[in-house]
Amino acid sequence: MDRERALHIYATMNRIRKFEERAVQLFEANKLRGSVHLYIGEEAIAATVCSLMTDQDYITSTHRGHGHAIAKGAMLDRALAELMGKSTGYCKGRGGSMHIADLEKGNLGANAIVGGGVPIAVGGALAQKMKGEKHFTVSFFGDGAANQGTVHESMNLASLWKLPIIFICENNGFAISVPTWQSTSVKDISVRAAGYDMPGETVDGNDVMAIDAAVERAKTRALNGEGPSFIECKTYRWKGHWTGDPETYRTREEVASWMERCPIKAFRAYLLNNGIAKEKELDDIEQAAAAEIEAATEFALNSPEPDPAQVMDDVFFVG
Amino acid sequence: MSIKTYAVAIRDTIAQEMRHDDKVFIMGEDIEVLGGIFGCTRDLAKEFGTERVRNTPITEATFVGAGVGAATAGMRPIVELMYMDFTYVAMDQILNQAAKIRYMFGGKAKVPLVIRGQQGIGRGNAGQHSQSVESLFMHIPGIKVACPSTPAEAAGLLRTAIRDDNPVLFLEHKALYSTKGEVPDDPEFAIPFGKAAIKKEGKDVTIVANLLYVSKALEAADILEKEGISAEVIDPLTLVPLDIDTIVKSVQKTGRLITVHEAHREGGWGAEIAAQVMERAFRYLDSPPIRLGAKQCTLPFNLGLENAVVPQVDQIVQAAKQSLYR
Repeated sequence: MDRERALHIYATMNRIRKFEERAVQLFEANKLRGSVHLYIGEEAIAATVCSLMTDQDYITSTHRGHGHAIAKGAMLDRALAELMGKSTGYCKGRGGSMHIADLEKGNLGANAIVGGGVPIAVGGALAQKMKGEKHFTVSFFGDGAANQGTVHESMNLASLWKLPIIFICENNGFAISVPTWQSTSVKDISVRAAGYDMPGETVDGNDVMAIDAAVERAKTRALNGEGPSFIECKTYRWKGHWTGDPETYRTREEVASWMERCPIKAFRAYLLNNGIAKEKELDDIEQAAAAEIEAATEFALNSPEPDPAQVMDDVFFVG
Repeated sequence: MSIKTYAVAIRDTIAQEMRHDDKVFIMGEDIEVLGGIFGCTRDLAKEFGTERVRNTPITEATFVGAGVGAATAGMRPIVELMYMDFTYVAMDQILNQAAKIRYMFGGKAKVPLVIRGQQGIGRGNAGQHSQSVESLFMHIPGIKVACPSTPAEAAGLLRTAIRDDNPVLFLEHKALYSTKGEVPDDPEFAIPFGKAAIKKEGKDVTIVANLLYVSKALEAADILEKEGISAEVIDPLTLVPLDIDTIVKSVQKTGRLITVHEAHREGGWGAEIAAQVMERAFRYLDSPPIRLGAKQCTLPFNLGLENAVVPQVDQIVQAAKQSLYR
């Protein structure tokens, strides 16, 4: 991995972390409504995967999608404005936390239906293939979605049609309160790839370099017209499923043990130990992220509410 | 003009649009070699190849979803469902995804997707292959609903559907596929959405019907004519957008409204039209609107039972007379 991309990934992880921490604060201060599903502890996945993508490559995302959106190029200010339902948000306040999309950056949208984005990603990859583009699609989904029928149908179709797509399963251990072992017939979800005649591998989802290597392989395969790949990234959701989750389904010790494996700390150590970056550079990146979230918060708080007179706009395209 | 069946009118329009725009492609079950079980894609694969005429596995939710994604990514997919009953398998992708993407994403996305196929009674296909789904989809914002009743309308509305930048549910009727009619040869012939067709002018009672029931309403109108009752028959053609103005104007003239469809009566689109007419033209009504539709039970297999469930021509005639207190 070149130094520039490594630093970009580090910056993205920090920007996601700051964004999520601020989202909780705003939620607790009653500045946000609805559901806020936090990506804290899982940042390595989106940051690394999207660092290998261009704006012409597509992603589909999930209800836990802030990290994907930011990694795919979303600005913190407009993303935070969307969480606050403001007119300056990515969706003009109509989508909120679970529906951030930014087509200009290739983000075909977060999705609040578990598994709902996966067939759409297949369609994105189909369009790329039919147009003869040298681009690919990533579908992010969780361990919960891995059991949805549409995900299996999508893997079959993508393999059958040799579509340029990477299925990235973010296995954070829980579907709300249900642990993966209680919902899922296999220990490593990636073994299911064999049933669709595509490569599948399970990697440490908190390890940037492990994710990077797997995605590089899958990307090469996609761009060479060899078809899809399945990568399971094992990680952990530090926070409850939503803000206010009583978290009666796991122990504090378990959470603490995963927090010790913080992907940002781990990658920082990697960058320093391998002489890729200096302390000062990384500190500067963290401070830049901190400054960015302050400015984003100001922007979002001071942004106007959407005009109720425009509530019927955009039901249909008119033109 | 050429005389074509409804099925051939659909097939030819798809072919014309695929020639017109290389972003248009079609996918669905058994459409390639077989040409669809009703022949609406016959020989398309020969002309356009299997990249643009794609057989899919039997996975309605996913290939509809792939259509949503491809449309959002700049293609113009037509997704054929073998039976419209299968929309229920793909409901999430149609209603939670296709219909909502543009609005939910702040108006930045376009989803030029056509989901088409046939519905309705007539072939003894029983409860899971004979339903009429249009009322259900009329309820959800963000998806247009077109229902052609003649070969020309099938051609003209389908062209509009394919060129529309919004998701369109295009509902054909299996019992209409073999019906024939004149269809313009012009590959630009299109019928705009949201403009009802007055199928027969009349002055005593307005009958609003769609799909197979347009011909049944016209049959009823002929019988009524012989009894000195002049019925106006209107086909809305598209339920979304709905041309309520033409219907209201008709009721202002006739003072009476009958709605008749094969879709279930309760919560059916006829109820919506009756309600809108009452809101806008209550004082013109000389009698309460009458809604005819399928009884509130599953479509049965047996022909006699099936006929007992869906409205018959004599019931339309009776309803018209009832509205005239005769």
